[in-house]
Amino acid sequence: MKTAVIVFPASNCDRDMIVALEKITGHKPHIIWHQDEDIPQVDLIALPGGFSFGDYLRCGAMAARSPVTRKVIEHADRGGNVIGICNGFQVLTETGLLPGALMRNESLKFVCKDVKLRVENNDTPFTNAYSEGQIITVPVAHHDGNYFADEDTLKALEDEGRIAFRYVDDGGQTTKASNPNGSRNNIAGIISRRKNILGMMPHPERLIEDAQGGAGGLGFFQSMINAIN
Amino acid sequence: MTPKTTPDIKWNNTPEITDALVKEHGLSGEEYALCLKILGRRPTLTELGIFSVMWSEHCSYKSSKLHLKSLPTKAPWVIHGPGENAGVIDIGDNQAIIFKMESHNHPSYIEPYQGAATGVGGILRDVFTMGARPIANMNALRFGAPDHPKTRHLLSGVVEGIGGYGNCVGVPTVGGETNFHPSYDGNILVNAMSVGVADQDKIFLSAAAGIGNPVIYVGSKTGRDGIHGATMASAEFTEDSEEKRPTVQVGDPFTEKLLIEACLELMSTDMVVAIQDMGAAGLTSSSVEMASGGGVGFAFNLDRVPQREEGMTPYEMMLSESQERMLIVLKPGREEEAKAIFDKWDLDFAVIGEITDTGNLTLTFKGEVVADIPTQPLADNSPEYDRPWVKITPKTELKAADVAAPQDMKQALLKMIGSPNLCSRDWIWQQYDSQVMADTIQKPGGDAAVVRIHGTNKAVAITTDCTPRYCYADPVEGGKQAVAETWRNLTAVGALPMAITDCLNFGNPERPEIMGQFVGCIEGMREACEILDYPVVSGNVSLYNETNGTGIYPTPAIGGVGLLTDSSKMVSLAPQAEGEILILIGETKGHLGASLYLDIIEGREEGSPPPVDLMTEKKNGDFVRAQINNDKISACHDISDGGFFVALAEMVMAAKIGMDITVNCDDVPLHACAFGEDQARYILSVTPENRDQILIAAQKENVTAQVIGKTGGQALTFGSAAPISVAELLDSHQSWMPNYMTID
Repeated sequence: MKTAVIVFPASNCDRDMIVALEKITGHKPHIIWHQDEDIPQVDLIALPGGFSFGDYLRCGAMAARSPVTRKVIEHADRGGNVIGICNGFQVLTETGLLPGALMRNESLKFVCKDVKLRVENNDTPFTNAYSEGQIITVPVAHHDGNYFADEDTLKALEDEGRIAFRYVDDGGQTTKASNPNGSRNNIAGIISRRKNILGMMPHPERLIEDAQGGAGGLGFFQSMINAIN
Repeated sequence: MTPKTTPDIKWNNTPEITDALVKEHGLSGEEYALCLKILGRRPTLTELGIFSVMWSEHCSYKSSKLHLKSLPTKAPWVIHGPGENAGVIDIGDNQAIIFKMESHNHPSYIEPYQGAATGVGGILRDVFTMGARPIANMNALRFGAPDHPKTRHLLSGVVEGIGGYGNCVGVPTVGGETNFHPSYDGNILVNAMSVGVADQDKIFLSAAAGIGNPVIYVGSKTGRDGIHGATMASAEFTEDSEEKRPTVQVGDPFTEKLLIEACLELMSTDMVVAIQDMGAAGLTSSSVEMASGGGVGFAFNLDRVPQREEGMTPYEMMLSESQERMLIVLKPGREEEAKAIFDKWDLDFAVIGEITDTGNLTLTFKGEVVADIPTQPLADNSPEYDRPWVKITPKTELKAADVAAPQDMKQALLKMIGSPNLCSRDWIWQQYDSQVMADTIQKPGGDAAVVRIHGTNKAVAITTDCTPRYCYADPVEGGKQAVAETWRNLTAVGALPMAITDCLNFGNPERPEIMGQFVGCIEGMREACEILDYPVVSGNVSLYNETNGTGIYPTPAIGGVGLLTDSSKMVSLAPQAEGEILILIGETKGHLGASLYLDIIEGREEGSPPPVDLMTEKKNGDFVRAQINNDKISACHDISDGGFFVALAEMVMAAKIGMDITVNCDDVPLHACAFGEDQARYILSVTPENRDQILIAAQKENVTAQVIGKTGGQALTFGSAAPISVAELLDSHQSWMPNYMTID
């Protein structure tokens, strides 16, 4: 599986994503600086977490208008796979590749902790290695992860099975206490209509071996290998 | 002495240097006389400003350096000790750990978010300026009493500032300590620590060299923020300190992130001769340190300094503490190549001058010389004071028999673990990204944080500790204990303690009793460092932490760093299973003086702190570490604040597995046994198979070890006290801070 990781100024989970992709695919991803004109032909483009352009405007807004992002959109329009983690998810909603918006956390505070996610749809290139309803543990670390969309959009996402992951408690229930940021319907990650684009706030790339406290994120990468190879 | 003028100096625009102006710059009459002697003439205003900041307490260590010299700073694994931007230690395989802790107390009280944020930014620059990639941040925070009207605001702002900066630059903040005490009501302490990793053959120093080499300014533009920040940090607070808000700098973590990447990219080439960050006293201290360190002069054209505001004067440029700036000496002819790197990262890059053979810092502005100061005497002949001090008489010992037993042991424990000084810090830690870089293998909340050296099986353990109430009651024992506690915390995760950085926070050194606290703490620290083979490699001193004549408790915060050569050996404080055997290492004497029990349950602060027997400390710690490294131990926790019972509760909460403890206190009253803070103790959790081996090994090493119970169930049962469920413990432990911080 050939991959590329886009690096914006102040992306800061780029290395974590590169390490995870290399470890799992066996190939080093292409590293694309935001000023690079072209992205080589790849199976997957990853938009990593961080604070692109300092997030001094709305999170992800500057990166969404960066020239390289146009190439990402072209890749996605051709049906190419794209993932956006954390700040990458924010970039994807800012470009319109995914619907909705990530607002400031309900607590108004940055939140970093391990959360439980329930796999809502395992019939996607990003979740097929999990079973449906499986509970996985993955960390979140963000200030603006409060997913919002209007009623019609939410209904469409729900009806079309486009919720990839939801925040749940230990027993798998979507409770208010288990929702770290106030996201509507406890949404942690969503996919595009064509199922080729995924955005999520939690960081699967940080939990891929036991030493990191668990390997709950491994299935995420394994899914893409299953789907693409 | 009649000041003479040099013909080159432009005097027209410089005001007369009156006594009042000199005083306003914080220079004493004696210091000004020395300034005149060094120059051989009267200074220009710019020069006066330069002398003022260079000789401020903050930059010159004039009250402290005499005593700091007594601290041990050498060991075979120390590559660079104090004197460089940060300390450097050898961790094998041509790798080095570079680390330092620094205070940002005064600005954080005035403007908590920016004060704390720029504290993090500054300490990161100290580390990456030496060629290291920062891999972890930590901090030591002290706030006033929770019921003080400012505490909530300050805690909230400081934590948000630390998170706001560290999270954005993408360096994990892996923990730290937070205390509350009324002595910090008017002067909070924000001590930030950063740890980085570098290759030993790629370590960069600040001493400039090479006559004619270009001197480069990179990073943010210079504005008027932070002018005289170092002078502010060298004075007491009074009622009008709020007016000093403009001297607090504003942080820009986005630019810092770019600066880290750009500098590390530049350092991967062979273009850099010397590099120094612009910290306190900005362009002044960085250029004086680089020039004097290399025995050369610098000639700057200040018109070339990138400026954020219009009409800035040389005085303002030299004294600005604008953040995210570096000064670099390049090899000749490499300017274009270097500039391309900074262009890529959208950072300013300006050749502002060159190295000269004059030994002077010569500044021109609009074609005129505005300052011409010999750097060697400015840096090396800075004032040094042997301030009068009185020996602090330690408080007398408080007998356990003179402290009442609690009505109910269970309620006493719940009250303690739910108190401001012992409750869960999750509310704070969750605001820090503790896992970015994906190498954090022990998260905040353990005895020490552990971060893997990327791409290796090695890991570095990090902790910050100090018990100010001990230092107040007995500075010597308190100084010892602060060092010993970091050593113990590193040991408890299985790491070999290697070296410390210190951040010495005290009141006004012009008061003999404050100086006595300082001298006492240093003496205790020195003894502990020597016996534990644990040198000081970097640090910082923050004095004048006083408001209207009331000083803080003496607070020598210690940042300890240890190495795990095999990170898979690491243990945490959480027992791994039910049925594990619990072993107490060390002797329990029931010392309740200066304890948290006395404070929280009795509302008293009395008595001497627990004595630290450094030989026992070393013996017990070396034993525990060896057992961890031999895979004989499932979990380990040191016993500190709150004593034995609190330590057990912390292990139960971490594992969510109960414990059944058989209490055997001999002659020690039960409450003293439970809550006494005797030192050099650990609790080990081991599998039944390893039990006897450990007891035999302990006996052989003459280490006191005693089986105290086993893990299992869902409650902590401590002798005859009523069992306390895991849920009850967690509820008490986790509720105080979120409740306190929720403003209705």
